[in-house]
This record gives sequence, structure tokens and C-alpha cells, in this order.
Amino acid sequence: MQHDDPLLLGGRAFASRLLIGTGKFADANVMIRAVQAAGAQLVTVALRRFDRDRPHDNMVEPLLALKNVTLMPNTSGARTAAEAVRAAHIARDLCGSLFIKVEIHPNPHHLLPDAIETYEAARILARDGFVVMPYIPADPVLARRLEEAGCASVMPLGSAIGSGQGLATSELLRLIIRDARIPVIVDAGLRSPAQAAAAMEMGCAAVLVNTAIAIAGDPPAMAGAFAQAVQAGRTAFHAGIMAAGSEASATSPLTAFLHPQGGPVPANQSNRRLPNIEPQNHEINLA
Amino acid sequence: MQVTVNGETCETQAVFVAELVREHVATQARVAVVLNDAVLPAAACAATRLAEGDRIELLTFAGGG
Repeated sequence: MQHDDPLLLGGRAFASRLLIGTGKFADANVMIRAVQAAGAQLVTVALRRFDRDRPHDNMVEPLLALKNVTLMPNTSGARTAAEAVRAAHIARDLCGSLFIKVEIHPNPHHLLPDAIETYEAARILARDGFVVMPYIPADPVLARRLEEAGCASVMPLGSAIGSGQGLATSELLRLIIRDARIPVIVDAGLRSPAQAAAAMEMGCAAVLVNTAIAIAGDPPAMAGAFAQAVQAGRTAFHAGIMAAGSEASATSPLTAFLHPQGGPVPANQSNRRLPNIEPQNHEINLA
Repeated sequence: MQVTVNGETCETQAVFVAELVREHVATQARVAVVLNDAVLPAAACAATRLAEGDRIELLTFAGGG
């Protein structure tokens, strides 16, 4: 299924639906092994001042040496649309990638995106030919406006960056997914592979994970686990997930051959909590 | 002359921006140059003269989500 179901972004087709952020890893080597274990093809990096005391702390060259990895620089640190636009152009000059994760969060306490500045930056960058991937609050109206402005995807938050609170915005995410004609990528807040699978089962096109992998005891192993969960969730989404019901529905035939007289249910079964009723069986007993 | 590099004032003998970059970046690391708040394309660094009091930002990539 995965081979026939690529993630389409910016005119490119990606087999992997797990995007990885590169912050908080113990070192570049662990980060690279996690990216490889995940099979990730879109990887975020951030801009920062060159540190002459740490000249070899280079994230980009080893990433670019990986086949199939496309860099998606972010604009983290920008507080206004103008700063984000400038960061995007600098990042493009540095790595040649047109992918840009627009990320404008002025408040370090909650790191929630500034919707107004984000929209303005995304609009300008889309016009400038970037593949724009804005990190946004889970707002269906904003998501639609960004789609109309030419964004390649929207990346609503599941919960606050690094919080591990999972899909706190799930009902709003459903509304965004229902109406979007561009890929919806849940970014931020996912703590576990189960939460990534749940996002994919809802119909998210992909998820972006950083902290949950980077600070795991074994980051490459956790990256692999997330990749499996994302694939499972995607396959389940396509396979058609059953609706939840309020009553049991037997999976084994409840024919009455053990009590042919239609007598009472044996005492050792009377304490079953779920009603164990099948219409056909019901009719036989009534007859 | 005196310029500001990444927020720190420093004395330099460099005449062109590219020379200043080489003073600060000894490795082959990819570094972007912002001169007085304007992005300076790599190709322009060799021909752009420094002026007293210029503010230069040298930027590179780091881990980020």
C-alpha cells in the first residue's frame, strides 16, 4: 500500500510519511541514525549563528550525504513575517531546498504559533516560489486561508511543542482534514507511536516528530517504532476503520447446541458484563 | 576597522566581506552572510567592501524541529 500511496508535496513524491526534526539529539551521529531508522525523507533543521568554537558541529553535511533526504529548514527564532521571510531566503541559499517550515512563535512559554504573522509570511513565500509548510494552531479557517494562499501543506499542532500531550486538538484536526485539499501534517506534541498511528488513522497525511525520538533512551529504535506506527495508521485509514458501537456484536456463532432445551444461561456465564445477544439466537429461544 | 560579527565587536584587517568570513570560519562549513540586515549572496562576498561599523551575521544550520 505504501508504495502506491506517496506523500505529494511541492511536485515531489515521498514514500515516507514520518517527518523528523533534528533538535535535542545528543549528537549528530545519533540524529543521523534515527533519520535512517525512520526512513525519513523530509528532515527539519534550524538556522543559528555560526559558532567558531564549535565549527565541526555540522548537522547539514551528514544529512545531505544521505540519499533521499530533503532538508526542510524552519524559521524558528523569527518573531515577525519579515524575519521569517528573510530566514527562508537565507536557508534556501544555504542548502538549495525550496521547502520551508514557517514557524513563528513569539512566546517561549507556550511556543504557540502567531497566526497573523505566519499567514503573512506564508503568503509571501508561496508567491516567491517556496514549498511552504506552515506550523499553525489547529484552526480550520486559518488552514483554508493558507491553502488558498498557495501553501503546499498545513502543519497544525497536536499539542504544544515538546509537551508530549498528544492529539489534544483532535476534534479541530478532524475539521481541518475534512476540508483540506492539501496534505495535513500533524506537527508537535506527539509523545508515542500510538499517538502517531491515531493521527494517521484520522486521515492526517503525515506527522512530524522531534522530541519524542530525540530524547528517547534509544532514539534510532524509537524512530523505527514511529515509522511502523505511521505506516500502520495510514494503512488502517485506507482499509476503512469500523464505527464504534455501544453494544457487543458476537464474532462467534451463538447457536444453542450446548443447551438444546433453550434453558437459562449457565451461572458461570451470567456475570458477563456485555449483553451477549444475537438476533438469530434470540428468535430460537423464543420459539 | 571595527565591525560587529554575530553581535560582538571586533577589529579586522579584512577589506572584503569574503576575507572577514574566512577569518571567522576556518572550516568548509556552509555559512550564510547577512550584512546590515540584508542577505548577501555567497557570490557577492568577494566583491563587497567592508565599511566601518558594519554589522555582519554569519549563520549556519543547527538541529531544530
